[in-house]
This record gives sequence, C-alpha cells and structure tokens, in this order.
Amino acid sequence: MATKTKLPFSKAQYLKWYEDMLLIRRIEEKAGQLYIQQKFGGFCHLYIGQEAVVAGTVSATTKDDKHITAYRDHGHPIAMGIHPKYMMAELFGKSTGMSKGKGGSMHMFSKEVNLLGGHGIVGAQIALGAGIAFAEKYKGTKNVCITSMGDGAVRQGILHETFNMAMNWKLPVVFLIENNNYAMGTSVERTSNVKDLSEIGESYDMPAKSVNGMKVEDVHDAIKWGAEHARAGKGPVLLDVRTYRYKGHSMSDPQKYRTKEEVQSYKEQDPIKMVLETIEQNKLAGQKAIQNIQDRVKAKVEESIQFAEQSEEPSPEELYIDNYVEADYPFIRDNKF
Amino acid sequence: MRIIQFREALNEAMSEEMRRDERVFLMGEEVAEYNGAYKVSQGMLDEFGPERVIDTPIAELGFTGIGVGAAMNGLRPIVEFMTFNFAVLAADQIINSAAKMLQMSGGQYGAPIVFRGPNGQAGQLAATHSQSFEAFYAHVPGLKVITPSNPYDAKGLLKAAIRDENPVLFMESERMYGDKGEVPEGEYILPIGKADVTREGPDCTIISFGKIIKLVKNAADELAKEGIKVEVIDLRTIRPLDSETIMNSVKKTNRLVIVEESWPFASISSEISYQVQNQAFDYLDAPIRRLTQSDTSFAFSKSLIKEALPEVKDIMMAVKAAMYLL
Ligand SMILES: Cc1ncc(C[n+]2csc(CCOP(=O)(O)OP(=O)(O)O)c2C)c(N)n1
Ligand SMILES: [Mg+2]
Repeated sequence: MATKTKLPFSKAQYLKWYEDMLLIRRIEEKAGQLYIQQKFGGFCHLYIGQEAVVAGTVSATTKDDKHITAYRDHGHPIAMGIHPKYMMAELFGKSTGMSKGKGGSMHMFSKEVNLLGGHGIVGAQIALGAGIAFAEKYKGTKNVCITSMGDGAVRQGILHETFNMAMNWKLPVVFLIENNNYAMGTSVERTSNVKDLSEIGESYDMPAKSVNGMKVEDVHDAIKWGAEHARAGKGPVLLDVRTYRYKGHSMSDPQKYRTKEEVQSYKEQDPIKMVLETIEQNKLAGQKAIQNIQDRVKAKVEESIQFAEQSEEPSPEELYIDNYVEADYPFIRDNKF
Repeated sequence: MRIIQFREALNEAMSEEMRRDERVFLMGEEVAEYNGAYKVSQGMLDEFGPERVIDTPIAELGFTGIGVGAAMNGLRPIVEFMTFNFAVLAADQIINSAAKMLQMSGGQYGAPIVFRGPNGQAGQLAATHSQSFEAFYAHVPGLKVITPSNPYDAKGLLKAAIRDENPVLFMESERMYGDKGEVPEGEYILPIGKADVTREGPDCTIISFGKIIKLVKNAADELAKEGIKVEVIDLRTIRPLDSETIMNSVKKTNRLVIVEESWPFASISSEISYQVQNQAFDYLDAPIRRLTQSDTSFAFSKSLIKEALPEVKDIMMAVKAAMYLL
C-alpha cells in the first residue's frame, strides 16, 4: 500500500538500514553454518531477528557516543561500521580478530568505534555502562552511553544498585533492554510479577518507554529521545525494546519452551523485510540498486569468511601479552615443563 | 557393574536424597523446566514438582542468599550454579554468610547447604567462563570443597555433601558430565576428606584432582611402558585436605609431582607443597614439581588454550625430572 505521506527518514537512511541489517543477517546465517561445521568453537549466540535494535540505535547516536552490550554482540560492530571480517576473525579466534582472538564470540571490542564490549557475565555491563557515562559527565562531554542488556539480565541485583545511582547522579546513559522475551529457556513472565519491563523505571523515577524492536524507525526515534534526554543533563532513561531471536539461545538449544507458530509470527514482522517493503513501495531505489546492495553484502560475507579462514592463530606468546600493562611481568611458568 | 554417566550419577545422588529427606530441595537457573543447562536434573521436576525443583531468575546473589537463609531455618538446599564463574556474583553469601554463620552465632545457626555446578575451563569459552575456583573457596574457613573426577566418586560424595551439616562446594565440569563409569545399584556414601590412591607405585607420587586427572592417568600409563611406576592420588576433597594419605605416599616414593588445572599462585599445589616440606622434608629426594594452568587469564583462541594447559608429555617430564632421569 503505497502512501503519499512523506516518509519520516531520508532515502539514504532507509538504504543504509537495509544494507546494515542485511549484512548482519547474512553474516550471522553464515556464522551459524560455520559453527555447525565446527570451523570455530565456544559459544555462538546469534543476533538473527534482532537486527533493527542495533541498526536503529547506531543511526540515532553520534560517533562519539559509547556502546556496551552483552555477549549477543556480533551485530554491534557491523552496525557501527567495522568490516565484518574482523568480527568473523574473532569468532575464529584469529590474531586479526577484533580482540586479537583472545575474546571470541562473546567479547567484541573496538576502541575505534567506541564499542566497549561484549560481556559474558549476565548483567555486568549494566554498571559498566553507567560508569562509562559517569566518565563522560566527569569530562564534561555531551556524549551518552547506550547500555544494552537482555530481558534476563534485568533480574540481576546490579540493575537495582546501578539504576538508583545513575538517576541520583543524572548520568548520561540510555539503558536499553533487548527484550527477546527469553533468557535461555525462561520467558519474561516466568521470572517476575513485573512483566512489562518498562515499569521497572518507575521505582527510580526513571523515564521509560516500550518500543517495537522489529521496526527500525521506532527504535531510532526512541533512542534519539533517550539520548537527547541524557545529553541535556536530565539523566538516564529506560527503553524496553521488544524484539525476538529467531534461533536458539546458543547453538545447542532444543527450544522446547516456545512454539513454531510463535517464531513464525515474528518472522512475519521481520525487520529487514519491513524496511525493504518501505523502500520498494516508496520507490526509494529500483530493483537494480537493491540488487547492488545484496551483491555488496554477499561479497562482504565471502570476503569475511576468507579473511577469517586465512588469518593466522595468535602466536603462543600472546597468552602472556595484555594480562598486565607491563611487558616484562614475572609470570609463574608452571604450565609447561 | 552398571555403567552410567557422570550427570546420571549426580542426578541419582540428588534424587535419592530428596526421596529420603523432605528438607532437601534443588534450585538454580534452568534446573526445572529445561531439565538443567547440562541436563543434570533431567526428570527431577516431573518427580518432585515445582515446590522442590525450582527455576530461579538470573539472580545469583539473591537465590544463593535465599538458599543460605533456608538452610539456617532448617532446610537443606542444593543450589546449582550454571557454572562456578557465575557464583562469583554470589560469593558474598557463600563467604560472608554461609561460611561464617555457625561461628558468628556461637553455634546456634549453621548453614547445611550444597553449592554445586561445573567449574574450570571447558574449551573456547574465554576468560570469564573458564575459571577454577577450588583454591578461592578452600581459602575460606567454614567451607568444605569437593572435586570428584568420576561418576562413582561423584555420587557417593554428593550424597555425603547433602547430608553434611556444613556448607559444601561441589565442583563438577561440563567436560565430565558425559563421562561414563561403574556405579553400583543401591546406596553408598563416600567420606568427605578422604583421598583415593587410584594407582600404587614406588617411584614417584602424583597428586591431582578433578578432570585434569585424566591426563595424569594417561601419563602414568605411558610412564609404565618405560618402566616407571608412579603412585597416583586423587584428592577428591580439597578441604579438608587428606594430608595423611599424602604424607604416607611421599614417605614411600620420596618424590612428588602435583597436577592441577587452576592458576599457580596461592593454589592447592602451593598448600600441599608447604605441608609436605613441613611434615616430610627429610623424606624428599628431589624438589616438588607441579604443573598448573598458565598464570594468565584464559584466552579464546585454540592456540592459546594449547599453550595455557599442561599436556601429558609435560607430566611425564616432570616425573622424570623428579626422578633425576633428565
Ligand atoms: C552471571 C551469569 N549467570 C548466568 C549466565 C549464563 N547465561 C548466559 S546467557 C543467559 C541468559 C540471558 O538471557 P537474556 O539476558 O535475556 O539475553 P539473551 O540471551 O536473550 O540475549 C544465561 C543464564 C551468565 N553468563 N552470567
Ligand atoms: Mg533475552
């Protein structure tokens, strides 16, 4: 249904969202396949279905704003402008990876784009994000920190302590719940009487909103609102962004806790499909231009895999580098004879 | 004899104890409806119901404290951590509450509780998900620490832990849950604080515990082919430490190698080495040797994991060094 009303975002913005989200989707599909083929090990938590959350977040923030998230972090660097080959190389544990192959899937860091991790301990980054915001305020910048967490992380005690201090001290932080309704096999309603997570803000007087996380425009608007609020010195906000993960929690999840119909109902409101429809219906790009985007994405995915496969593993001595700042730290060496 | 998996042995231990004692219950993340993140509690929700097999939110500090409180008030909780890395969030309630309750209350309130779950590295899970906490908890008076290495020991020791009147940490491994071993039908209990001499030999003692003892076994087999007969002690319990078994063996072989999977600094091997030099100095014919994980955070990449961990050949070399054969 083509409408005549003016679109709220530019043509360039829609095309960028489409390309970024498609790139994340295709990279993640490939990552899933490569994991099953045992090309890399460890955990592998895919971002498929949640692409609009990071795409809308990045478009609504500045290059100097800071971002921190949990372990479901493959999409963040890509949306923030890092070539996916460095993310893929990290999955492979290669020296060319984002964290030199030391962090793996759960620990994507990039100082270049202000991504302060990928964190594997559920909830840890809630306080870290507030601390990052604390430093921005202390230094007198206008930057904010987008602090993402899962719906499961919301039940950690650290949230209470952090929310209270962040409000008290008016820290420039946007707390973003990537609410995909499940923490492993546990649904939101099984963990609390408070099922509407935006209500959590109330007891701290923290402004909060629920957001449709399948619509990148909605995510963008909400982040924009929250970031402006924080930038203006008014303190944190809480966003309950309702999204969905199409795949299991990690790669070994039989998913008995949800129905196929439920998964299907979300796929019908797929964020990438919706953006593509907007582009097509409003003739923001012709078939040729769309095809070009898809080709570019495909080429980047292939380049990424090749790069990851052909890169070197870190040298054994790397084990002793970065544990301390000192290069000559006197380690006990009883691990090898 | 019947052969079952490590996870089944744990499941049997918990289920048998829950059948015989109504005060025993299990709680933790994904233990009930999901049947356990590693399927250790498979079927237990069906048998015991949601009052006794309880899913918690991701809230380690809170549910651990609730467990300790319940223990103070007459129940016997089993708290499962998805891994011991996440018990770090609950360390306050384990160390400040459970460990000290009996002493602080002048003997009025104890905390008979079991904290269990996988411990140590399990492949490419990176720094925060790969830690061994035996020494960390063994440091604390008031706690007992158990590290079984096979299904038989796991069952007998977990039952003992559940019946114990003190807070007990029971450390397993994701990498052992599928291990199979002989476990008799019917009930048995193994004593806490008693090491197991799993192999006798006159040439050199190797002390180890937990999953890395598999490497020790391989090393002992290889050394036997070369005519070197080692004695292997599986500690099974870290605290209280079975010093008697250790000293008896060292007095016999006069040589000691310790193999553990945790970091070297202030570790279990450090403590054993102190005790041995103090109590059996005159019996030692060579310096004590040890192999541990690297003195670094555990990295993700395969090449770095290989570098971080001792291998069979390192254990063999350490034994030969202790025997002045190099
Ligand atoms: C402190 C801590 N406890 C438990 C875990 C194990 N764990 C990893 S992910 C997860 C579920 C988290 O769910 P949620 O916060 O909703 O994030 P999602 O996976 O949906 O992105 C759990 C329990 C952990 N990593 N850290
Ligand atoms: Mg979730």
